[in-house]
Amino acid sequence: MTTPNQPWALGRTEGLYLRRKAVDRIMTGAMIVAVALAVIPLFLILFYLLKEGIPGLSLSLFTDEPNRPGKPGGGVHNAIVGSAIMVGMALAIGVPVAIGTGIFLSEYGQNRIGGYVRFVIEVMAGIPSITVGLFVYGLIVLRQGHFSAIAGSVSLAILLIPIIARITEEMLLLVPRSLREASYALGASRWRTVLRIVLPTALPGIITGVMLGLSRIAGEAAPLLFTALGNNFYTTDVTAPMDSLPRRIYIYATGPYDYWHEQAWAMSFILVAVILVISLSVRALFGSRVTVRQ
Amino acid sequence: MAVSTFGRPARAAGSLKNRLKPGDWTFTGLTGAAALVVILVIVGMFYELTRQSWDSITANGWSFVWSTEWDPSKGIFGAGAFVVGTLITSVVALVLATVIAVLVALYLVEIAPGYIARPVSYLVELLAAIPSVVYGLWGIFVMGVFIRDHFGPVVVNHFSWIPFFDGTPLITGLFSACIILTIMILPTIMAVSRDVIAAVPRSQREGVLALGATRWEMIRLSVLPYARSGILGAAILGLARAVGETLAVTLVIGNSVKIPDNIFSPAYTMASIIANQFPEATGVHKAALIEVALLLLLVTFMINVVARILVWRVTKGQRVVVEE
Amino acid sequence: MTEVQTSRKADTLPRLGAMMTQTAAAEAAPGAETADAPIAISARNVSAWYGAKQAVTNISMEIRKNSVTALIGPSGCGKSTYIRCFNRMHEFAPNARVEGTILLEGADIYAHGIDPARVRQRIGMVFQKPNPFPTMSIAENVAAGLRFMGVRSKSEIGDRVESSLKLAALWDEVKDDLKKPGIALSGGQQQRLCIARTIAVEPEVVLMDEPCSALDPVATLKIEDLMRGLAERYTIIIVTHNMQQAARVSDSTAFMLSDEGVTGQLIEYAPTQDLFTNPKDKRTEDYISGRFG
Repeated sequence: MTTPNQPWALGRTEGLYLRRKAVDRIMTGAMIVAVALAVIPLFLILFYLLKEGIPGLSLSLFTDEPNRPGKPGGGVHNAIVGSAIMVGMALAIGVPVAIGTGIFLSEYGQNRIGGYVRFVIEVMAGIPSITVGLFVYGLIVLRQGHFSAIAGSVSLAILLIPIIARITEEMLLLVPRSLREASYALGASRWRTVLRIVLPTALPGIITGVMLGLSRIAGEAAPLLFTALGNNFYTTDVTAPMDSLPRRIYIYATGPYDYWHEQAWAMSFILVAVILVISLSVRALFGSRVTVRQ
Repeated sequence: MAVSTFGRPARAAGSLKNRLKPGDWTFTGLTGAAALVVILVIVGMFYELTRQSWDSITANGWSFVWSTEWDPSKGIFGAGAFVVGTLITSVVALVLATVIAVLVALYLVEIAPGYIARPVSYLVELLAAIPSVVYGLWGIFVMGVFIRDHFGPVVVNHFSWIPFFDGTPLITGLFSACIILTIMILPTIMAVSRDVIAAVPRSQREGVLALGATRWEMIRLSVLPYARSGILGAAILGLARAVGETLAVTLVIGNSVKIPDNIFSPAYTMASIIANQFPEATGVHKAALIEVALLLLLVTFMINVVARILVWRVTKGQRVVVEE
Repeated sequence: MTEVQTSRKADTLPRLGAMMTQTAAAEAAPGAETADAPIAISARNVSAWYGAKQAVTNISMEIRKNSVTALIGPSGCGKSTYIRCFNRMHEFAPNARVEGTILLEGADIYAHGIDPARVRQRIGMVFQKPNPFPTMSIAENVAAGLRFMGVRSKSEIGDRVESSLKLAALWDEVKDDLKKPGIALSGGQQQRLCIARTIAVEPEVVLMDEPCSALDPVATLKIEDLMRGLAERYTIIIVTHNMQQAARVSDSTAFMLSDEGVTGQLIEYAPTQDLFTNPKDKRTEDYISGRFG
């Protein structure tokens, strides 16, 4: 890079100018290094998921139950079904509460009480999932005397609610005021307006929220450890302990058997693949994950 | 008053308040109940954890927080070592992740053209979508091996003159936990910082540039001071996430109740000891673990409160919804 | 260059006095004083685009040293875009492009390899909406650009802050509390603060992009009064949508227009007296008499 003959010599500041330019270049370099540091782990994780996970995939992984520890082979059918059941139940419990809260905040919450509720939800979003698990342990498991999938679903639902509630509120507030006014002007009541007009308009965005929440709790294991525990056998009995993908990955990862490690990678691959598919379709449908409301 | 097609008197679209009719009361009630559930959950959590850990609270008293002796066989429980473990891993991760995240955010907002900024932004946010267990798995089999064989020895060679850095790199340990936490909280800090930095008004940047500033000088003089409290809020949000992170840490930290004596030794964090010991615990041991959980809840609660206040203060007027 | 800088510094106080007495003489013959003055900055065939959309078309003009030149024209005629080409700020707009030559003291600011940051140290800008730095005090705001010039000593910084604030007619109002935050001032004061900040780095040319349009009439008048004094030391180019303002403060006026599908043309450029009393182009006459825009 040539240093051209700068026509407007700045006298005593020539040396300073070169230093300033050098600092600017160094910091630009630092920023690029930072981007590399941020992006490389992602590629490494995805790469290893593909490298170690795909070889472990097989039909039997999906259809068979786990063998007794030490005997290679078997599958994780119970964990896959268990995850599906518990996530489904968590959605069934959590989505109505979350949407209800979201509606409350958007319709009635532009005031101090709403401020408190909003604040509580923001804080709830940051609570460690393991404490949620212990809470549900005391609330349900101890009282019932046994672990159950229901308890697991409840803990997942608690994690789900803040995510969906915030998005629901944002989406409802994005619906133009003129739409609500048109409905009221026709004599419609509040609840009719919200349920028949506002909610359907905001529905695509709310579905985004639900899908994002889903992908978040699908990967949670910590709360399930003390609520649904785990199960080496296939079951659909929701009052009994139930297995889940994340939990089985955890067990297998720390186990002594090589085939357990292989299956852990395969399960991780499945889990991340599902999450990525959800995330990509949300993004394809609705653009960036961050929305700003003025 | 004109009569609408529904046979009821039509109202002006003016006042939207006090339009409550019978159906509305039920509606208000239901949605209010939903909101109430949320509040009850938080309150219930504190109550329930306190109740379950009562035996330990009464047995161990205040020294629980700083005593480092944790011996289930003797019935003595002190969470000090785990507090230290949590402190070291979270703070190291916080510092590293914030530096990298802010630099990335600055790059995305100030330098990168749109067609680069959007995909890179998305890729970094994708890191947040990967479950904790998967990080743990990768942490043991890939990152941990890399630390033991390559990264660790490099660090030891250069930094062993610092007492704490003189150790033998292993696959698991404090160091691995710090690195994995850094990667995990990076996307959160980056996403919020990026929005805060983008919110700095154009006029501020132009003012400094018009005086002849280089790009970095512009960032230093107009962007960073303006975005300072928002970035701080983002960092503290990241801290809260790091403190509460369980499974990834459990898998890579090595799990030892002793206070770590060098950066590579195994340790426990508050979250990881619960995950590790709870399944087999009974009686006071169990209560003690739940008391650790209560402590964890209190700490993350306070950190979150501070963070949210800071972020809201900077983006006041604009609400930012961030998916974590 | 060093000599020029020290002589400027030494001249500050006596020059202020001279400025006061010269004002009356200057008003008597607005064009005459600058008729033989050297050229400060000249534009040759300057055009500017936002992507495919052209905003300025082929403008050439010469601006004399120590003159005040006003750019007038209806909104959207490209005046702001044009003036931002002078300190290379236009290039920050998305897909921005500039063609042509702008010579500052004979050297093309768009020549290959020229650093825009250095251009901006020689050609300063005051913006439409006052933009003092909120995290800095009054003194810190004025001194903001000094670090790029290597001014280190506290006393020199203090001297420059004081002389800049005096030239911007703000010193008396703030001298008792320079540590107050810059944004604590009124709108008109903030704009004079921004002017002080701009002239503290001693540019050759000061560009002003509708500096009074966000201010009340009293504040506006205060800034107009500054112009004469500032022109003693700097060359001023001011964009304004207010014709009376142009007539009051400027030595020469340029009228721009987007007309017949061609955006951002220079229609007429003449000494202010001539342009307003005897416009040569019918479009200029129409604009001045308020028939459009």
